[in-house]
Amino acid sequence: MSATTPYAREARTGIPSADELRSRIPGWGADLDPADRPSYPREIDAVPDTAHWHLPEQQEEAWPRERSIEHARLTPVFGTSCPPRGLSGAVRKLAYARYSEARAAHWLLLLAADRIDVKEQAALALLRGRPDDPVTQTGILGERRYHGLSSRRRGHRVDTVHHPLDPVIVGLPWIAGGWAAWRLLRRARR
Amino acid sequence: MNPNATAVGGIYGYSHTTGGYDGGQAELVRVPFADVGPTIIPEWMSDEDALMCTDALPTGYFGAQLGDIAEGDVVTVFGAGPVGLYAAASAWLMGAGRVIVVDHLDDRLELASRFAHAETVNFGQVDDVVVHLKQQTDHLGSDVVIDAVGAEADGNLLQHVTSAKLKLQGGSPIALNWAIDAVRKGGTISVMGAYGPMFSAVKFGDAMNKGLTIRANQCPVKRQWPRLFEHIRNGHLKPSEIVTHRIPLDDIAEGYHLFSAKLDGCIKPVVVPTAA
Ligand SMILES: NC(=O)c1ccc[n+]([C@@H]2O[C@H](COP(=O)([O-])OP(=O)(O)OC[C@H]3O[C@@H](n4cnc5c(N)ncnc54)[C@H](O)[C@@H]3O)[C@@H](O)[C@H]2O)c1
Repeated sequence: MSATTPYAREARTGIPSADELRSRIPGWGADLDPADRPSYPREIDAVPDTAHWHLPEQQEEAWPRERSIEHARLTPVFGTSCPPRGLSGAVRKLAYARYSEARAAHWLLLLAADRIDVKEQAALALLRGRPDDPVTQTGILGERRYHGLSSRRRGHRVDTVHHPLDPVIVGLPWIAGGWAAWRLLRRARR
Repeated sequence: MNPNATAVGGIYGYSHTTGGYDGGQAELVRVPFADVGPTIIPEWMSDEDALMCTDALPTGYFGAQLGDIAEGDVVTVFGAGPVGLYAAASAWLMGAGRVIVVDHLDDRLELASRFAHAETVNFGQVDDVVVHLKQQTDHLGSDVVIDAVGAEADGNLLQHVTSAKLKLQGGSPIALNWAIDAVRKGGTISVMGAYGPMFSAVKFGDAMNKGLTIRANQCPVKRQWPRLFEHIRNGHLKPSEIVTHRIPLDDIAEGYHLFSAKLDGCIKPVVVPTAA
C-alpha cells in the first residue's frame, strides 16, 4: 500500500495487465465499452417492435381483482390462476383493500394468508382422498440417495447448524395437527 | 404487468407479489405477451445452454453490468451459486482486473476457480471474512461487490433464523452487509440476490457514510439475449458447464430436496421430462 494515498486507486497492487488477462481469460474485455453492454443506457422507453399494441387491451375482470392501492388503475393484464378463496382469500382481499405496500400489516396479512392457504389445501387434499404425503412429497428420501450425511460433513459448510430446524418446521404442523385431531376424536367419543 | 404490487412486473411462480401468476412447471403454460417475450433459439445453441439463458445466466451477466465495472476493477462476488458463477465470469468481459468469489461450499468455489477463473474465499474457513477480503485487496476493499446470495444467506445464525425460518424480516442480509463492509469507499454494490418485501436488518449507516452506490433489480432477461448469445457463440461463456445433475421428472420431489439442501455437490440441476 502506498503510505501517502491510502484510499486512492493508485494504491492498488496485483492487477495483471490487459494483455495478460486477455490471453488467460476467454472474452476478457469484450464488453469494456459500456455502449456494448445491453443495460446501457439504463432505461429505454419504447414499446417492443414485435408488439401489435401500444397499450395492451384491458383483460376482463372475473372478480374485483385484488390490487395494490398504490396503483392508479388495474393493470391491463393480470394473473387469474390464484383467485382468492376461502379464509385465506378473505385475508388476502383485506390486505390488498385496506393497506398499502408501505404498511407492515399488508405483508403480515399476506404471509398469514399463505399459511392459512397451506392448511386449507392440505385439508382439501384429505377430503378428496389424496392426502399430502410428508414422506415422499417433501423429497426427504433423497437424503439417502444423494448422500445427505456425507454431503453435509464434507468441507466447511456453515449451514448445517440450522439444518436440524428444517424437519421441525416441516414436521411440527403435522404433529400438532395429528395431536389436535386425536384430542377432538377423544372428546367426541366421550 | 403486476396489479398486486408496484414493484417489478409479472413473474411466473412468484405468487401474489408479482401478478398472481402460477409457476411455469405445469402441463400447460399461458404466455401473456407472446408477441414480445419469447425469442427463437438459434440453431447452433444446445438445449442446456438455452435453458441457462432463461434466468441464471442473464442475471449474472446483468449483475456484472449493474456494478459499472471499469478496466482493472477488483470485483468480489458473494455467492457461488449459478447467478454468482455467471456474474463472476461476466465481470471479466467488462474488464475486471481481479475477480474474487466468496461462498462456504467447496464444490462451488472449485467451480468458481475452474469455470469463472476467479480467486476464491471460503468464509467458513476464515475468522472474519471482511478483514480477510480487505487484506486481499490492499486494505482498500473491492471496487465493485455483487450480492448473488439473497434472502437465505448463511454466516450468522440469528440473521438466518429470523428471516429464512421465522420470517421476522424480509430476508437475511448477511451477504449484503458483508458487501457494504467489503467494498471500498465510494464503491458500487450490485444486488442480484432476492429479498422479501418486509424490512431487513441492513447496515444502512455504513452504506451512507461510505458514499456507496447500490444498484439492484430483477434481471430484464430478454434485453440481455442478443449480446449474450454472441458471447456464447464466441465461446466467452459456456453456460451448461455448471450443470451438475439431470433429474428425471419422476424423481422431482427428491430432486428438489437435493437442490434446496445442496446435497451431493449439487450446483445446477436440470429437470429432464423424457429421461424417466
Ligand atoms: N435479480 C434477479 O433477476 C434474479 C434472478 C435469479 C435469481 N436471483 C436471486 O439470486 C440469488 C442467487 O441465486 P442462485 O440460483 O445462484 O442461488 P443459490 O442458492 O444456488 O446460491 C447462493 C449461494 O450463496 C452461498 N451463500 C450463502 N450465504 C452466503 C454468504 N453470507 N456469503 C457468500 N455466499 C453465501 C450459498 O452457499 C450458495 O452457494 C437468489 O437470491 C435468487 O433468488 C435473482
